[in-house]
Amino acid sequence: MKKFLLPLVLFATLVVFLGVGLMRDPHEIPSPLVGKPAPAFSLPTLSGDKPFSPADMLGQVWVFNVWATWCVACREEHPLLVQFSKSHKVPIVGLSYKEIQAGDQATGALSEEAKLLLARQRSQKFLQKAGDPYKLSVLDLDGRVGIDYGVYGVPETYIIDKQGIIRYKRVGPVTPEVLIDTILPLIQQLDTPV
Amino acid sequence: MKQFLVVWCLGAVSCLIHAGEAQPMAQDPQVEARLVVIAEELRCLVCQNESLASSHAELAEDLRREVRKLIRDNKTDAEIKTYLVERYGDFVLYKPPLKPITWPLWFGPFLLLGLAVYGLWRYLRLRKQGTSPRLDAQKRAQAEQLLKD
Repeated sequence: MKKFLLPLVLFATLVVFLGVGLMRDPHEIPSPLVGKPAPAFSLPTLSGDKPFSPADMLGQVWVFNVWATWCVACREEHPLLVQFSKSHKVPIVGLSYKEIQAGDQATGALSEEAKLLLARQRSQKFLQKAGDPYKLSVLDLDGRVGIDYGVYGVPETYIIDKQGIIRYKRVGPVTPEVLIDTILPLIQQLDTPV
Repeated sequence: MKQFLVVWCLGAVSCLIHAGEAQPMAQDPQVEARLVVIAEELRCLVCQNESLASSHAELAEDLRREVRKLIRDNKTDAEIKTYLVERYGDFVLYKPPLKPITWPLWFGPFLLLGLAVYGLWRYLRLRKQGTSPRLDAQKRAQAEQLLKD
């Protein structure tokens, strides 16, 4: 009996380690940006109003959602965002990330203006059809702001507090579970005056 | 001698042609060379088992563009890596930095090796002491009984 004990313990340990490994999503990388100020930027908006910068949102809790019309997982989470925006809890600002992909320019390089126009048209058409959960959406055509926010897999969602500090980052679509278990309680906590 | 000269000329010409062809890919060979060295040590975040140098993911392309820009701005390798770590975390580095949270990663294997060596040493010593089974009287009687049956 004792002879089998050691291999059994080793086997059980191995199984536990492999099991834990299986449960974890290797695509979820802890972001070094949580707890840091949201990187500053100034980008044109979808509606063509004056450029938006995160400093405009100081003093309120807000959600920053990275999306694109070509992103399938974004469509998946979109209805949930629309529903969320209807509850008017906190504003969602969208970052349209690299709307114009390399494939769109196969027929020839587009000028900056043409890219902006195409991105606006396509995004607005999508939002008209699927509903617009965003207070406003900014266009990050070259993905530079995305890099500053550590974006590597759209959709990504950030919660930024009244002081402009990133408090949470979600990579991948927001699911009802994540919304109810994590996002809503966090927003509630950040939004209550101390 | 003449033959040698011809070969030499052909060699020189082919070198020139080659350099001419490579030009469009790398606008500045020096920047490109440094980019490859740095990007080999960085992980592409989309296809995580590829380095930033070899990945074809669009994000990798964008990040290479940023690294190129930083190289042209005369940033040091350490500054460029810090730039990426600030955004994507230690995960972008293929060689994780030494800090308390990565101690198990760096020293764990040596610990396991030490344990294994200790186990082996103990096992060998036990085996050397003799393999004769030590049975007490009761067990011996039991065994004899079994053999008789």
